[in-house]
Formats: sequence, structure tokens, C-alpha cells
Amino acid sequence: MDIPNSLRRSAHALTHDWGRRTVIGIPYLFLFVLFTVPFLVVLKLSVSETDGIRFLDLLSYADGVVHLKIKLSNYLFLGSDPLYVETYWSSIKFAGINTLICLAIGYPFAYFMARSPANRRPALLMLVSLPFWTSYLLRVYAWKGLLDDQGVFNNVLIWLHLIHQPIRMMHTAFSMTIGMVYAYLPFMILPLYANLVKMDLRLLEAAQDLGATPWQTFWLVTVPLSKNGIIAGAMLVFIPSMGEYVIPELLGGPSTLMIGRVLWDEFFSNNDWAMASAVAVSMVMLILVPLAIFYRYRADTGGVRGV
Amino acid sequence: MPQTNQALLGEGEAAHRDIAGRTGDGSFVRIDRLTKRFDEVAAVDGVSIDIRKGEIFALLGSSGCGKSTLLRMLAGFETPTAGSIQLEGAEISPLPPYERPINMMFQSYALFPHLTVFENVAFGLKRDRMSRDRIAETVEAMLNIVQLKPYAKRKPHQLSGGQQQRVALARCLAKRPKLLLLDEPLGALDRKLREQTQFELHNIIKKVGVTCVLVTHDQEEAITMADRIAVMSNGRFLQVGQPHEIYETPNCRFVADFIGNVNLFDGTIEAVAPDHCVVATNGGRLTVGHGITGGPGMAVSVALRPEKIELSREPPADRASNCFSGRIADSGYFGRYSVYRVTLAGGMKLQVAITHSERNGDLFVSGEEVYATCQPESLVVLGA
Repeated sequence: MDIPNSLRRSAHALTHDWGRRTVIGIPYLFLFVLFTVPFLVVLKLSVSETDGIRFLDLLSYADGVVHLKIKLSNYLFLGSDPLYVETYWSSIKFAGINTLICLAIGYPFAYFMARSPANRRPALLMLVSLPFWTSYLLRVYAWKGLLDDQGVFNNVLIWLHLIHQPIRMMHTAFSMTIGMVYAYLPFMILPLYANLVKMDLRLLEAAQDLGATPWQTFWLVTVPLSKNGIIAGAMLVFIPSMGEYVIPELLGGPSTLMIGRVLWDEFFSNNDWAMASAVAVSMVMLILVPLAIFYRYRADTGGVRGV
Repeated sequence: MPQTNQALLGEGEAAHRDIAGRTGDGSFVRIDRLTKRFDEVAAVDGVSIDIRKGEIFALLGSSGCGKSTLLRMLAGFETPTAGSIQLEGAEISPLPPYERPINMMFQSYALFPHLTVFENVAFGLKRDRMSRDRIAETVEAMLNIVQLKPYAKRKPHQLSGGQQQRVALARCLAKRPKLLLLDEPLGALDRKLREQTQFELHNIIKKVGVTCVLVTHDQEEAITMADRIAVMSNGRFLQVGQPHEIYETPNCRFVADFIGNVNLFDGTIEAVAPDHCVVATNGGRLTVGHGITGGPGMAVSVALRPEKIELSREPPADRASNCFSGRIADSGYFGRYSVYRVTLAGGMKLQVAITHSERNGDLFVSGEEVYATCQPESLVVLGA
């Protein structure tokens, strides 16, 4: 009795699913072709043996035996050479510092933007996204003119007789951090704003009604409820600044070795593609593994719904 | 029981109680000429009221009448433009919300979605720097009262609407507030649940003994829950009284019309006696069973509730009652009762509600000639 009915239903579900699968499938296909495949190519390069100039296949067949050769020496070298280890650490450190500063500046900014009168918000949003109208490269480059020994800041300070010698700001951790914060701040502000503007303000009233001071209300209600915005913003800042190449190249110095720079050198200065691939794979893993654990954890706890 | 009319009657029990419902001393919350203006528009306009300890006081009105603004001023979320709010004789209007011994149950509850039921109820207690053990004890006791102890570890989104409402109530009551504020407490529940919750909520509040101000636009909710009701319109109180006073003795057309269904006759006074008066109306001459302060010629309205009218096919023997003849225009069957609309001789439509006290009771049909009668005591004269 039930069979024709359920059959019809599943047939309907199939056609229904078709449209859905297509819509979901297109971006997945895009990611597969342009991310997964290149990544696998890079992964293969990092573990392949070379005969001087050519990379050898991982699988080879000779005398009735299938040989699988995986060369781990690049990775072993990566783990033992202090240059790489330190560069990874330094990348994590600068990306972390950048994320924290962006959060410290971006959170209050997003908060007041979300709490400002609704008719003023589009203008404020516009201001946040305004820098994107100019090329990223040019904007980073412009900091050179501001921070140089002969730059605007030093000249003004000397002219005001506050200093006599120019302060060395360019090619230091300071100049690079400023550049990173400047470039990545909007990526922190936008998700935070999107989260905070949706927040149910009655929850803040409820907290105050129950005896929480405004400061307690902020830490006990606003911050926990904006957790998803904080995480999204932090990811958007931390991950790309980890592999950042342009800013360390233009504004950084010898003390600010970043993995993006090392990667470039391996590929284009040393022409050691195998080593460069190993560096790239390690970097992706370094970011992906914590991310995967994090999302797994969120899936388990269900996260915070409704906010 | 003789009906008295506060607006028109000079003597009797209404005389020593002004519109503010002041009852002399012993007031717990005293609101005095409280005003709140938003851009020159008065949302609350010089309201004065005394609320007794342990009383459930309802603010009833349609949306935009100022009831929520008044409640938010009590909670501390709005600053009064003028006037004062005293709690046990102490002025509280300058205090921020978190320093007032007042807790509010928000419309749609405003439970913290990131905290469990237990943590939600404990939130206010933690602010009081209570010890861990005492907090656990108090929260458990509160959850027992609202019968949600097994749900302590759940998050709000895992609860039904009725359960969320009880968590919200427990969260307010946990702080042992001197004054409990309820903002449309049943507004987010569906009809069946409302009726059940109405009584539950009333019982819990009475058991705890907390003084309570509740805001609602639902007259039924106000009537069943409150000890006293203030009907609000345009930022002012139109009438303050016990539910039966508001229902049976409305003091103006607005109140009569807002609470329940009512037939309103327009007319002029013909004769006035100490215990009754006669009004010539568009529905005929009516004898009203209470005296009034006005004199003949004064324009008034006469209110008559649909359930206070009887219908019959024969003319009534009792000539003392008011009697209209008419024709059934249409009818509606509601199970418990039927509502008929009777077109009177003068063209006016009279709404009549007849309770079905018998299972196979007689139903009137459209087009039937009927006589509608009501006792003089059922009528109330209102200012026109």
C-alpha cells in the first residue's frame, strides 16, 4: 500500500535534490579544481624524488613489483632546520598579535557602529569598506611614505622639535604590524558588526534588570553572545596574515621573517620546488588542523543557536 | 446589588477613591504625576497610582497607550520626564535598573541563549555575591516552584514556549524582588496554553506573595490575573478598579468598549430619581437602576452587556424590565453560547449572548421576531 506513495515521494525528492546539488555543487567544483587539485599537486611534489630536474612518479612498476616511494626528507629537514621552525613560530606570533590588535580595535568600533542610529549605519559601513576601493598593494606601499626615516611622521616630529634624529620605524616589527593591522582591520570589523547588530538588546536589559552593571553586562552577555563574530573575525584575520607575503616584503625587515617570504625564496630564489612544496603543505596543515578540530568541537556542542 | 458609576455618581463608595485609586496610607509603590515625553509626545501623561503590597496590578490598554513605557520606567529603562516613583517610601527614579529591587519578566522572556536554565536563574543571584551553595539551593528551590528541576541543564532553545516562560519567571523571582514586573507575560503562548498558564502564573505569584505590576493588551488576561486593573489610553488612566468593577461599571465609553463586548445606546436623560433614572435612547426608553448626578436633557450613553439580555418569542409578562422588540438579523454558534444580532424597531443592532445551559436548547433562527429584555440593574449610564 505504502510503496507507490513512498516511491513517488523519493522520486520527487530526487528531482528536488538535483537542483540543490547543482547549486551546492558549483562552488564545491570550483574549490576542488582550484584548491584541492593544486594542493594535491603540491603535496605530491613535496614527497616526490627527483632525478635532477624531473619529479618522479610516486608509484612505479618494475620487475613485477609496485614501488611506492614517499620521500619525507623535505619534511624532516623542515622540522630540524631552526630557520623553518623559527619562521613558523614567528609567523604564528605576528599573525596572533595582528589578530589581537585587530580585535582590540575592531570590537569597540563594531560595537559602536552596531549601536549607532540605524540611519547612520550604512555610512559607517561604507567608511569601513572604503579602503577596498584602492589597491591593497598601493595602500600598503603608502605606509612607506609615512613611516620612512624621511617620511611624513618623522618630518612632522622633527619640525615640531619633539625629536632631533628620525626614529627608525621602517623595516621593523612595528612597521609591519601597523601595516598588517591596517590591512586586516575591516575583516575583523565586518563579521563582528554583522553579529552585534543582530543582538537582541532585551538580553542586555534583562542582564541589567537582574543586577548586572553595564560592565558586567558587556562581559557576561555581549561578549559571549558575539563569540561567533569574534571567531569569524579572528579566522579571517589570522589565516591570511599567517601566509602574508606583501606586507612583510614591503614593510618588514630582517627581524620579521614570515613563512610567506620563505616560501617565495624557496620557489623563486632557490628554485627548490620540492622544499617549497613541503613548506606550503606544512603551512596549510598548521592552519587546517586546528580549524578542523575547532569545527568538530563546535559541531559536538552545537554552538550557540539563535544568535 | 446597586451599581454605582464613578464618573457620574457623586455619592457612594466611589467618592472617597479618586481616579488614582489612592487608598490612603499603606501604599507600597507610589507613582505620582509620572510623565514621560518622547519628542514632546507624552507617552505617559501625569499618571498617579498607589499599589498595595502583595497586589497584582494590571495595566491594560491597546498598543501605544503608554503601558509599556510606564512599566519600563518602573524597571529603570526609561527616565521619567517628570514625577516620582516611590518604593516603600523611598524615591527610586534616579536609580539605574541594576540597583533597583525590581525584576522584570520580558515579553518573549529574553532568556540568555548561551546559558543553561540553571545559569539563567543563577545569573541574578551571582550579581548579589551570594555563596555558591546558597545560589544552588535558591535556584533549585525556584526551579521546583516552576516544576522545571529536570530541565536545569538544558539551554533555552531546547525548551517549549511554556517552559521558557517559567524559566523567565523563576529567574525574576529568584532575586526575591520587592516588585515583579510582567510585560505581556502570556503574549507568546498559544491559546490553549495561555488559559492553563494564566492560573498557574497567578498561583505562583500569590504563593510567593510578591507585589506585581503586569502589562497586557488582553482584557481576559487582565481580568483573570489581576486584583486591580488600570485601563490606559493616550498615556492616562481612564479607570482603575477591581476586574468586576471595570467590567460591570465602566466609567466611560472607551472602557466599556475596550473590555468585552457592549451595546451602547445614545440618548438624553428624561427623569432622575435617587435610585433610578430614565433615558430616552435610539433603542427606546430605558429605565436604568442607578441614580446619577446629571439632570434631564443631559446627553449620555447607556451600556448593556450582551450576556445580560434575554430573548423570548413571547412578550415578557414583567413590564418593569426594559423590553425591545426586533428581528434576528444573524447568529453565531460558539459552543458554550450563541451570539445573536437583533435589529430593533429603530434600526439599531443589539448584540445578545445566550448561554446554552441545556444540551438540546432552543436556538433562534435568522428572521425570527423576538423580544429582548434586560433588568434596569444591568444597564449603566456613561458620559456621552
